[in-house]
Amino acid sequence: MSILVYIEHAEGAIKKTSLEAVSYAKELAGQEGKDVTAVALGNIEESALSEAGSAGATKVLHVNDEKLNAGVIQAHADAVAQAFEKVGAQTLILAKSSLGDAVAARLSVKLKAGLVSNVVALPETNGGYKVKRSIYTGKAFAFSEITTDKKILAVKKNAVALKTDGSAAAVEALEVNLPESDFAAKITATDKAAGEISLPEADIIVSGGRGLKGAENWGLIEDLAKEMGAATGCSKPVSDSGWRPHHEHVGQTGVKVAPSLYVAVGISGAIQHLAGVNASKYIVVINKDPEAPFFKAADYGIVGDAFEILPKLTEAVKALK
Amino acid sequence: MKILVCITHVPDTTSKIQFTENNTQFDKTGVQFIIGPYDDYALARAVELRDQTSGTLTVLNVGEAETEPTLRKALAIGADEAVRVNAFPSDSLFVANQIAHYAKEGNYDLILMGRESIDFNGGMVHGMVAEMLGIPSISPVMKLEIEGEVVKMAREIEGGKEHLEARLPLVAGCQEPIAEWKIPNMRGIMSARTKPLNVVEPVSDEVATNTVSYELPPAKGAVKLIDKDNVEELVKLLQNEAKVL
Ligand SMILES: Cc1cc2nc3c(=O)[nH]c(=O)nc-3n(C[C@H](O)[C@H](O)[C@H](O)COP(=O)(O)OP(=O)(O)OC[C@H]3O[C@@H](n4cnc5c(N)ncnc54)[C@H](O)[C@@H]3O)c2cc1C
Ligand SMILES: Nc1ncnc2c1ncn2[C@@H]1O[C@H](COP(=O)(O)O)[C@@H](O)[C@H]1O
Repeated sequence: MSILVYIEHAEGAIKKTSLEAVSYAKELAGQEGKDVTAVALGNIEESALSEAGSAGATKVLHVNDEKLNAGVIQAHADAVAQAFEKVGAQTLILAKSSLGDAVAARLSVKLKAGLVSNVVALPETNGGYKVKRSIYTGKAFAFSEITTDKKILAVKKNAVALKTDGSAAAVEALEVNLPESDFAAKITATDKAAGEISLPEADIIVSGGRGLKGAENWGLIEDLAKEMGAATGCSKPVSDSGWRPHHEHVGQTGVKVAPSLYVAVGISGAIQHLAGVNASKYIVVINKDPEAPFFKAADYGIVGDAFEILPKLTEAVKALK
Repeated sequence: MKILVCITHVPDTTSKIQFTENNTQFDKTGVQFIIGPYDDYALARAVELRDQTSGTLTVLNVGEAETEPTLRKALAIGADEAVRVNAFPSDSLFVANQIAHYAKEGNYDLILMGRESIDFNGGMVHGMVAEMLGIPSISPVMKLEIEGEVVKMAREIEGGKEHLEARLPLVAGCQEPIAEWKIPNMRGIMSARTKPLNVVEPVSDEVATNTVSYELPPAKGAVKLIDKDNVEELVKLLQNEAKVL
């Protein structure tokens, strides 16, 4: 028996968060004596898909249909449901994302499968099926028991470490039947900054707040981000003022991030901002006010003027290479 | 046009989260409850659309009697009537069943929700309701315009946006900048007292999950401060101690 993993891809490669979901499924499959099958939708090279094998999938079912390239939610949900039936799976694993969430919710109803989202650890399966999930925007955890036979887990970034062993999965074509009504919501255009590291997936993030004073100073943040190979983020007032695009705003009402390193510059550390960053492994805070609340949530801090510190820090990181 | 907005009754974003009874109950002591911030965006956009189309606007919450002040606030912001499904919102499937049933009975054209609740952050109820009703659900929606029969939307995706078109009826999970939060004015607060708030009983008791206990994250250690004239030290620590560079 297989555990099924719904994997997403972008720019010709499986998303890192989806590979993590495969690793998660692999560990779970180990506990349950099963194997892992992945399902991928839309056009992508077989060789790129076979990389799911490195994270633990034995097989990848591929619906190589250009109609599924965009995030057509209902069609994706139907296709994954058909894969689920075909494999005879009882458990579906996927990475939390804007598409993954939408697909998981529909599948939960379609398959009559209990769904837990924001999963942060492997389930406890000795007597019942207890899943640990993040709640209150990272301020706490809940242990929820799934009472249905079929189960869906939407896994948060870093729930398990991504483990790869270099093996390749077999890729098999999958035929699905999708009614026209699955395409009732039409995607007319997509604006995407190409080549940019997306925030929810980023391993390092350099983020700026109102302390940066204006859009014209963002070069300082971008320079440091570039040297660190980081994505850039910001606080809510920064995106509200139009200094940065909305999708960069981190926090309770913005993106929730989980990088290894979050560098916060000129951000006070309001509780709503912290709610979006508390899953970070390490936090560095640069703020001229030693009383800024962000220092309480930080691992490392520098008290001082961002305009002086940022260029020096960028140089120091550059010197590493 | 008939619009339904589903709102949650959740702890204010500044609340300290604590549990009692051996970590099995949420501790409400000193906690202020509000309309979920994303639900507040949905409500604000719904008020604008109701006014544009001279439609009707119903707000709904699945919750116990304590959520009524939150529903009254939604009435003060501009909803025409409120409905409370009288039940503890035990899991997303349970809540979605209640909403889908009510929405079907009332033949709503547009169902707006928040992108996620800020207590359990599932981001799941809108998708479930739409699947139960067999209609599209789009989330997180940052723009929603109605042009005749067609609804034009922009949805946030990782690192960008997607533009979509669909026909009514549909479900949308909203976020900023779809509209600006509306603050109730005096007239709104006065009229909210006399607007209908109907209590209905749940239609099914089906759940798929049970939350058995809670846990708080471990406390963070003290910050290591580095002198501003010695940024190289920070880089060294990040490289050798944290091992993140
Ligand atoms: C319901 C709700 C939801 C919210 N959601 C979010 C959210 O998702 N994300 C979010 O970020 N906010 C959110 N907020 C807003 C939040 O409460 C704060 O207002 C916001 O985070 C503050 O942004 P800031 O730290 O950039 O600005 P400020 O609070 O103005 O802080 C600026 C900081 O920069 C420092 N500074 C100034 N000059 C310098 C300098 N030269 N060098 C170094 N440091 C300097 C100052 O000491 C200060 O600490 C929300 C608020 C509400 C009510
Ligand atoms: N108990 C509830 N009553 C009414 N609407 C709800 C309830 N729970 C969730 N919702 C709606 O569903 C959205 C998504 O919630 P969730 O899936 O819990 O993150 C919320 O923003 C609300 O609009």
